[in-house]
Amino acid sequence: MDDINFNVNAGESIGIIGRNGAGKSTLLKILSRITPPSSGKIVCRGRVASLLEVGTGFHPELSGRENVYMNGSILGMRKAEINKHFDSIVDFSGVEKFLDTPLKRYSSGMQLRLAFSVAAFLEPEILIIDEVLAVGDAEFQKKCLNKMKDVSMNEGRTVLFVSHDMNAIKTLSNTAILLDAGKVVKNDKVGEVIPLYLNRIQLTNNWNRPEASAAPHFTNVSIVIKDHQPKLKLEVTFTIKSDVKMNKAFVAFNISSNTGTMIGQAIPNLEPFIDVSFSEQTFTTEIEITGFVPGTFLVSAWIGPHYSETYDWQKDVVGFNIVDSPQPGRVYPHASEQGNIVPFSKMINS
Amino acid sequence: MTEYEIKAKNKFSFGLAELIQYRELFYFFTWRDVKVKYKQAALGILWAILQPLIMMLMFTLIFSKALKVSSDGIPYPVFAISGLLIWNIFSNGLMNSANSMVNNANIIKKIYFPRLIIPMSAILTALVDFLFALTIYVAILIYYHQGVDFVKLFIYLPLSILITVVTTFGLGSFLAALNVKYRDFQYLLPFMIQFLLFANPVLYSAKAFTNPVINTIMKVNPIASAIQLCRSVFTGQEVDWQGVAIGSIVAVVLFFIGIYTFRKTESYFADLA
Repeated sequence: MDDINFNVNAGESIGIIGRNGAGKSTLLKILSRITPPSSGKIVCRGRVASLLEVGTGFHPELSGRENVYMNGSILGMRKAEINKHFDSIVDFSGVEKFLDTPLKRYSSGMQLRLAFSVAAFLEPEILIIDEVLAVGDAEFQKKCLNKMKDVSMNEGRTVLFVSHDMNAIKTLSNTAILLDAGKVVKNDKVGEVIPLYLNRIQLTNNWNRPEASAAPHFTNVSIVIKDHQPKLKLEVTFTIKSDVKMNKAFVAFNISSNTGTMIGQAIPNLEPFIDVSFSEQTFTTEIEITGFVPGTFLVSAWIGPHYSETYDWQKDVVGFNIVDSPQPGRVYPHASEQGNIVPFSKMINS
Repeated sequence: MTEYEIKAKNKFSFGLAELIQYRELFYFFTWRDVKVKYKQAALGILWAILQPLIMMLMFTLIFSKALKVSSDGIPYPVFAISGLLIWNIFSNGLMNSANSMVNNANIIKKIYFPRLIIPMSAILTALVDFLFALTIYVAILIYYHQGVDFVKLFIYLPLSILITVVTTFGLGSFLAALNVKYRDFQYLLPFMIQFLLFANPVLYSAKAFTNPVINTIMKVNPIASAIQLCRSVFTGQEVDWQGVAIGSIVAVVLFFIGIYTFRKTESYFADLA
C-alpha cells in the first residue's frame, strides 16, 4: 500500500471497498494497530475498537457468561461496562438458557450470535469492522446491521467498514473509499463510488497479462455469456503459456459472488489434462451456470499439475453480470442470501 | 478524548502508560488461564495444592530417604517445600510465558492491546498457583513444629519472590518473543527447565558444592539466591547478602533484556504467529 491519504470526520460512517488483494484488510490491520506501517502515520482521536473477527478470545472451555466477559474486555470494554450491558447482550443473543454451558457445547450459530451481541454493545468513538457480517444467519445479520446503524446515526460514532457486500455498504455508510492495488481510486459519496467499483468488475471480461514466470501461466482469460436463463453457459477462452518443458496440467475456474462468497468450482470432467509443453496455446471451454440468481460474479483461473500444486492462480480476473432470474416467467421474490436456485423438476405425490 | 498516532516504530519505550490503561486485561487473561487450566479436572483447583505436595513427597522419598541428602539441619520436607515454592514460580512462569504468545496467536492477529500483557499474565497465573501452594507450606511448617522468625519470613519470602518474578519475567518475555519466530524453543524449554531444576539448589543444599567456579555461578544465579534466601528463614543460616545483591542485579538485567527483545520484535508478531 502506498500514497493513501484520507480523513474521516467524527460521526461519519465510511465504507472501504475494492477487489480481493486491493489492500482493504491491510489497511484495516494498520488502522487497528495489528501491524505497523512501514512509513507514514495515522492520527486517531478517540477510543478505537476493531472487529476484524467476531468472538476474538472466545475459549471453548469457558461458559457463555465467562466468554462474554473475556471477549468484551479483549475488545476494549471495561468490566463495569460489560456489567452494565450484560443483560442486554444476553437478551440480544438469545442464548440465555445456555449461559453457564461451556462454549464448546454451543452450535456454531449460537457462538456467532453471542459473539455478535458482544460486538453490538461496544461503545468506542471509532469502530473498525472487517467483513465480519458476512457470516451467520441472514436474519441475525440484519439485526446486527441495524443495531450498528443505530449506533453510528444516533450516537455520532465513527465507523470504518470493509465489505464486498454493496448492500451492507449502502446501509451503513455515507461515504466510501475504493481501493485498488494499494491505492485510493476514489473517495466520495457511496452513490458515486459503488457504481465505479461495480463497473470496474463488469468491464473486465477480458484479462491480459504481459509477462510472468517460466512455469505454465495464464496470459489471457476472457469470458462470454451464452444462451438464456435457466440454462446459461459461460464460455471461457484462455491462453496458457509455458517457457519450460512441462508435461501435463489441468485448469479449474472458481466462481464467487461479488460479496466474496464462493459459489463453486468448475473442473473438467473427462480427460482433465492438457498438454502444456513449451508453447503458447489457447483453449475454449464451456461452463454451465445453471440456477445462478441475478448478481455480479467473479471468476478466478487456476492451473496446476495436481490439486495440491499450483502453477498459476489468478484471482477474480474476469467478471460477469446475471440480470434475469433462473425461473423466468415468474415474479420471483429474489433473495440472494438463499444462494443459487437448484430446481426440482418432478414432484410425485405418493 | 484520547489522541494517538500510529506510525513506523523507531524508538524504544516500555509502554507503561498503555499497560496501565489496559490493566483490566491482566486480570482477564490470568483469570481465563487459571479457569481453563483446571476446568476439565475432577479435582479442579485442588491440583494447584496437590502438585507441589506430590512433588515434595516424591523428592523427600528420593533425596532424603534414599540418598540421605543433607538439608541444612531442618526436616527435609520443610527444606524441599521452601525450595519448590520458588522453583515452581520460576518453572511454571517460564513455561507459561514462553509459550504464551504462540498460544494466543489467534487473538494477537485480530486485535491490538499491549502485547506484554500476555507473558506478564502468564506469570501471574503461576503466582496464583503459588498462592495455593502456600497452604501446603503452612501445613508443613505446622506439622513439623518448625519455629518461624516472622520478621525474617515477612521480609525474606516476599524479597525472594520478587527476585524470582523479575527473573522469570525477563527470561519469559525473551523466550516468548523468540518462540514466535523459532518454535524450536518450545521443544528446548522442557529440557532447559529440567536441567535448571538440578542445577539449582532446589532439592539439595548449596553448601554441597566446594568447587569455587560452581559457587560463583550460584552467586550470579538469581534463582539460587532467591531459594537460599527463602530457605534461610528456617535454617537460621547467615544470608549471603552479597549473593542476593548480585542475583538481584542479574534479575533486573535479564528483565530489561527480555522486555527490550520483546518490544523490539512485537510489531511483527501478527505476521509471524
